[in-house]
Amino acid sequence: MAHYLLSVVTPSDGEPPTEDEMNAIMGNVATLQSDMQSAGVWVFSGGLEAPDTATVLRRSGDDVLVTDGPFVELKEYVGGLTIIDVPDLDAALHWGRRSTEAIGLAIEVRPFQWAP
Amino acid sequence: MRHVPSSAAIERIVAEEYGRCVATLTRVLGDIDLAEDAVQDALTVALTRWPADGVPANPGGWLVTTGRRRALDRLRRDAVGRDKEHRAAREEPPPDDDTPQEEEGPVDDDRLRLIFTCCHPALALPARVALTLRLLGGLGTDEIARAFLVPEATMAQRIVRAKNKIRAARIPYRVPRDADLPDRLPGVLAVVYLVFTEGHATATREDLAAEAIRLARLLAQLMPDEPEVLGLLGLLLLTEARRPARTSADGARVLLADQDRTRWDRAMVDEGLDLVRRCLRRDRPGPYQVQAAINAVHASAPDTASTDWRQIVALHDQLLALTPSPTVALNRAVALAETEGPAAALEIVDALAERLERYHLLHAVRADLLGRLGRDDEADRALEAALTRTDDPDDRALLAARRRRG
Repeated sequence: MAHYLLSVVTPSDGEPPTEDEMNAIMGNVATLQSDMQSAGVWVFSGGLEAPDTATVLRRSGDDVLVTDGPFVELKEYVGGLTIIDVPDLDAALHWGRRSTEAIGLAIEVRPFQWAP
Repeated sequence: MRHVPSSAAIERIVAEEYGRCVATLTRVLGDIDLAEDAVQDALTVALTRWPADGVPANPGGWLVTTGRRRALDRLRRDAVGRDKEHRAAREEPPPDDDTPQEEEGPVDDDRLRLIFTCCHPALALPARVALTLRLLGGLGTDEIARAFLVPEATMAQRIVRAKNKIRAARIPYRVPRDADLPDRLPGVLAVVYLVFTEGHATATREDLAAEAIRLARLLAQLMPDEPEVLGLLGLLLLTEARRPARTSADGARVLLADQDRTRWDRAMVDEGLDLVRRCLRRDRPGPYQVQAAINAVHASAPDTASTDWRQIVALHDQLLALTPSPTVALNRAVALAETEGPAAALEIVDALAERLERYHLLHAVRADLLGRLGRDDEADRALEAALTRTDDPDDRALLAARRRRG
């Protein structure tokens, strides 16, 4: 088995979903997560706060600098993520497809190089 | 029965067996790079031993066995390879036996696995094409780079990156389940078709067209129940059959309408027609089958005038329904000019003008239709428009000649 990160590719200038749309998405996500759990592939899922809530720590000599904001402003950011444990890329792509169908945003599927 | 072979005979065997051996060793060793190195090692041994000892009865089995031994030697020298060594050792023959066991030859399914891995949708199309030619066709990186007009370093990087992704992302080494085949097969066929069109575009890259036909034949042999696979092979054969007539004595390109059809390769035409008939019996049409059928109608006519244009229009209607695209609509208009006349065809072409504005053939077709309608000045302007939209020397020569004829 191998771990894959499914990232939700969220456009920075996108129109935020209405409350109804958000409720529908959260319902889809809950169904998907329970399907992943029954298939025995789910490791972790979560939605992230907006990038402007981020704080960056960077080593500088013997010091550590603290900076407010994301480390780089991009047109798209990671809005949420799921980690799954599956046999191969085809299985990961299956869950990636389910995720993009559930959320309506692009999903990046990326293998972990190592995981505990 | 062993005989002393010529070096050309050895090269033919190597070309034939290369893909099989890489495919089987990829399964056995669990790694494409190891498999490629193993086949290279085995070929080096073969090239020194076969000319003296003769070619073994089962050269593929000999290469696989020799390659696996060499790979094991490599892995033993490499502590990191311990895990992979276990895998390969399970099928290792007893160490005291030095003769390769010829019955443990390559497995055909392995090549199908390798094709589906090379053509996985998670890889970009240029990477799929390069990997397929390299691993199944045994073409060198330099040859593939030349064929696709990119620097060798770029092509090498493309191949390394693709192989790395297969390994790191764990693209599986298997034939998709039947349920997934409709999603996965078109990606494989597109690669073979792209290799062919690259080889078809210029006379000097005949080897690519031949390689595409070899790959299509392999797919047809491995998936005889998939009509689109048969359709693709039929399409390639019927197109390739025209190669001898497609270039004039002075090297200029000759259009279908002006070709000397007695110069078509009869054996390829017959095989192509037979494949189209087999597709028709299955009655599960797809884009490659319909394109093969269109070429079959051309192939069945002694000249342009006696071509069954109604049938060709009907097939283009079917193709348009399967793959709606403005270029298919343009080809349909060309056929329609023969059944309904140039005015009706021109109306369709003009309606496509906006979407195909930058495509030189739109303007070339317009020029032809306008000329047939006696609108010579407009025809000349359309030819000029076509000329400014292509850099291909063959296209330009053809268009310039038409302009001179007026």
